[in-house]
Amino acid sequence: MSAVVHPQAADNSGHAHADLHQHKQSFVSKYIFSHDHKMISKQFLITAIVMAWVAMIMSIMFRLQIAYPGESFAFTHFFLGDKWAPNGVLSPSMFLGLVTIHGTIMLFFVLTGGLSGTFANLLIPLQIGARDMASGFLNMLSAWFFMAASVMMLSSLFVESGPAAGGWTVYPPLSVLPQAIPGSGTGMTLWLFSMVLFIIGSLMGSLNYIATVLNLRTKGMRMTRLPLTVWGLFLTAIVGVLAFPVLVSAVVLLIMDRMLGTSFYLSEIYIAGEALDNMGGSPILYEHLFWFLGHPEVYIVILPAFGISSEIISTMSRKPIFGYRAMIGSLMAISFMSFLVWAHHMFITGMNPFLGAVFSFTTMLIAVPSSIKVFNYITTLWRGNIIFSPAMLFSIGMVSTFIVGGLTGIIVANAALDIQVHDTYFVVAHFHMVMGVSAIFAMMAAVYHWFPRMYGRMMNTKLGYWHFWGTMIAAYGVFIPMHYVGIGGGPRRYYEYTEFPMFQGHFMDLNVMITVFACMGGLMQIIFTYNFFHSIWYGQKAVENPWHSNTLEWTAPVEHVHGNWPGPLPVVHRWPYDYSKPGKPDDFVPQTVPLEEGEEDEGN
Amino acid sequence: MMTLLILAVLVLGLMVVFRLSRVADLTNELRGSRQEHITERTNWLQGRLMWLFGAVYLILFVWLPYAYSDVFLPTAASEQGVWIDNMYTYNWWLLGIVFFLTNIALFYFAGRYYHRDGKRAFWYPHNNKLEMVWTVVPTVVLVATIIYGIIVWNRITAAPAPGTMQVEVYSKQFDWTFRYAGKDGKLGATDYRLINAENPLGIVTRKALAARLAGLKEEAAKATADRDAQAHVLPEDLLKEKDKDVAHLNRMVERLLGLQALMEQDIKDNGDNSTYLHGADDKVTKEFHLPVDTDVELLFRSQDVIHSAYLPHLRAQMNTVPGMTTRINIKPTITTDSMRVITNNSEFDYILMCNKVCGISHYNMQSPLTVETSGAFKVWNIVLPVFEKPGAATAQVAEPAAGTKEESAAQTEPGTNK
Repeated sequence: MSAVVHPQAADNSGHAHADLHQHKQSFVSKYIFSHDHKMISKQFLITAIVMAWVAMIMSIMFRLQIAYPGESFAFTHFFLGDKWAPNGVLSPSMFLGLVTIHGTIMLFFVLTGGLSGTFANLLIPLQIGARDMASGFLNMLSAWFFMAASVMMLSSLFVESGPAAGGWTVYPPLSVLPQAIPGSGTGMTLWLFSMVLFIIGSLMGSLNYIATVLNLRTKGMRMTRLPLTVWGLFLTAIVGVLAFPVLVSAVVLLIMDRMLGTSFYLSEIYIAGEALDNMGGSPILYEHLFWFLGHPEVYIVILPAFGISSEIISTMSRKPIFGYRAMIGSLMAISFMSFLVWAHHMFITGMNPFLGAVFSFTTMLIAVPSSIKVFNYITTLWRGNIIFSPAMLFSIGMVSTFIVGGLTGIIVANAALDIQVHDTYFVVAHFHMVMGVSAIFAMMAAVYHWFPRMYGRMMNTKLGYWHFWGTMIAAYGVFIPMHYVGIGGGPRRYYEYTEFPMFQGHFMDLNVMITVFACMGGLMQIIFTYNFFHSIWYGQKAVENPWHSNTLEWTAPVEHVHGNWPGPLPVVHRWPYDYSKPGKPDDFVPQTVPLEEGEEDEGN
Repeated sequence: MMTLLILAVLVLGLMVVFRLSRVADLTNELRGSRQEHITERTNWLQGRLMWLFGAVYLILFVWLPYAYSDVFLPTAASEQGVWIDNMYTYNWWLLGIVFFLTNIALFYFAGRYYHRDGKRAFWYPHNNKLEMVWTVVPTVVLVATIIYGIIVWNRITAAPAPGTMQVEVYSKQFDWTFRYAGKDGKLGATDYRLINAENPLGIVTRKALAARLAGLKEEAAKATADRDAQAHVLPEDLLKEKDKDVAHLNRMVERLLGLQALMEQDIKDNGDNSTYLHGADDKVTKEFHLPVDTDVELLFRSQDVIHSAYLPHLRAQMNTVPGMTTRINIKPTITTDSMRVITNNSEFDYILMCNKVCGISHYNMQSPLTVETSGAFKVWNIVLPVFEKPGAATAQVAEPAAGTKEESAAQTEPGTNK
């Protein structure tokens, strides 16, 4: 195959070679089986946008049911038909299916695959000055496993007995026994195999990112000169490599319980008029295995978001990120501690209370590096010279939502307080704020910021403003009232609240408010989607460094070339945050500019 | 039709907006403006919007809980709940202060330092002293909060004093059953293989076990005979199914025989203290009552999947897990009647609800809880039928009609527990 180029092999010799390889590529080798990290990042992004739309439409359907129980909606009927929405009223089993698949898609397919997949692929080679990923082939496979997993997950929506419906955590025995819920039939099988494919893809990607960052940095690019985006993505990959395999083991045991009659998670069950044979297993074992991934997973989601927002806030404030080393340190601390907190999801599962105390302690401590980050963001803004690009607005929005979600985290981390709000909408509001909205905002910011780098064109700034403010208002309109629903004792995953006198009146008014804002939030994404796809073809042609940024990706030509830089790789002389440095003519100094005599480099 | 119309209007409206923005873009482009050139005026405007948003946000943030205060739960109705609520008060104050300070700083700085042409940002890459301050201060505050939290947690989860009253809360799709100890004050042993219509909780007594064994043996014999009779007519796969059923039943019989041996040994070893002798006078009921101002240990078991017993007014929650027993301590402090006065709602009831997704009717798996004076509780409790009346032929369950319907019917029929 003509595309078998090993640019790295030639790097060290310093030959200008990349321009030699601008050969014609067929459609298939360029767009489908591409080894080029820039093309693969686009594949991830567009798959994620499609998946995000699916998940968002699902959320609007179940929000409509929660706010207006029993009412008919043509919208719901249009998507679900007579079987799952008879007369336009969402059925209880599909409600649970939608809740489950919404969570799965958003967490794994949008915020893990979509966020890390897209931006690790795009930014790691470009920001460290590499020709491509360490292994282009593995990288291609990772994208295609992701794609296959997506298709399999979506296909589970079309099976007779419905998709998996036990919540995205798929706790056994509910997820093992089709007698307990129809969704635990074929739909659950597809869910489990889709996750296995997803994890394989994710592991191939992560190993590649780690190898690339460690081995392919250009001359002068010390670890202490890496942009924080790369740090965030690098640590994410490490956390992913350590955590995801544990989920595979949990999933494999679950598959065995379902198909081979083992009893890893089952014991003493009497269901559908029959006492099952299974003895001696424990669902708590599954919970431990699941959350050993599940908790690091939320950091897999948020670490790239930290990196992205740090980079954008610094660039657009025209000011170095405050406390670069503290930012790296806190990223490392969060990554490390993310493995020590998993059982805070299990305070009320009947786990030994002593463990509850231990995990309460470790979980609270993880708030320290997180708060350092917030203070550093705020200090970066202070006395800055802030250019409000849409990316900057989304980054500020991300800090704001992260504050809310981080603070409520201190409530749910406290085992005694968690008793009251566990599995209520308070928790739903908390995690949507802290890693849902925050990470989505960071992802949006990254799309606006690096769109010229990806497609060589600019997105429309004005539409970006409308998109941001609409989304910001909708996000707060949804999730602030949701906290009060939870404090009022409203359990999550309830199809309707009509059976409870205590959940009427103002309680339902809050639910209506949430749903109205959710619909508004959905509509706002039409603006984004239009802006995105329209700009791919008709956007204003980009210039090489539109944001006057210091990092290496903006030194490569707008037109994508194989190997990223025609000619030798750039050489790095300084850290990436020399914005508004005193004594410099411009308010930015790219990393490729050599240090002046006697000039100090902050990244030293 | 109406929907189509709305849809058409929406689509057309969006198209108009997009076209207009395109026209604006093209004119701007002709004037040489570029998407990434954000004018000082735009930056000023976005900065002011930051201020506006921040202000409206913080005001609404205060207004919302004020306007919707009746959504919140009434005062905690248990001793443990009061501890938890006190800690909530401390946490809300702490978090509220941090929330306001950080948000005000964030939105204020964002709006204040918008881009002005010809101005330069302040070079301020780090300040070790400052960073030390905001590492140490949160650490100290958080450690204090954790210690407070763990003290309360340990009090709530401490082992109960010996002799504490035990009540069993039993969950299945999609209702709750409760078990109270009889005269001996102790709950008897259970086994899930003894569950049937007469014995919904699978209480193990000599009589119940013998009856179940006899039933199972009969079933096994019938299944074997049935299989043998059809052996030559059935296709192989159906026959295999039959074989499986027979094997399952035989295995059950075998295991119950094992249980029987275990029981007899235990009775021999422990005499009257054997837990197998405590079940006969247990009281199984569909009603949930607790005496006020009394320490109670709630024990939880589950028949099928994980459920969660959530008592929001008592600030209590615990998962019920098949295959294990979970527990909490609770001391209700306000009777249902007093709470009706407090909430000014004559129909108020404490509610036990399921809070772990457990199947299609998860949203309606509930049971009211009555907290009453210990006198009233005794009056209610004493008339409950015991599981096995001495000498009576069959076991009894209060209100069998409500809970012991065909188990499988409950799945297809939402809301069996209204």
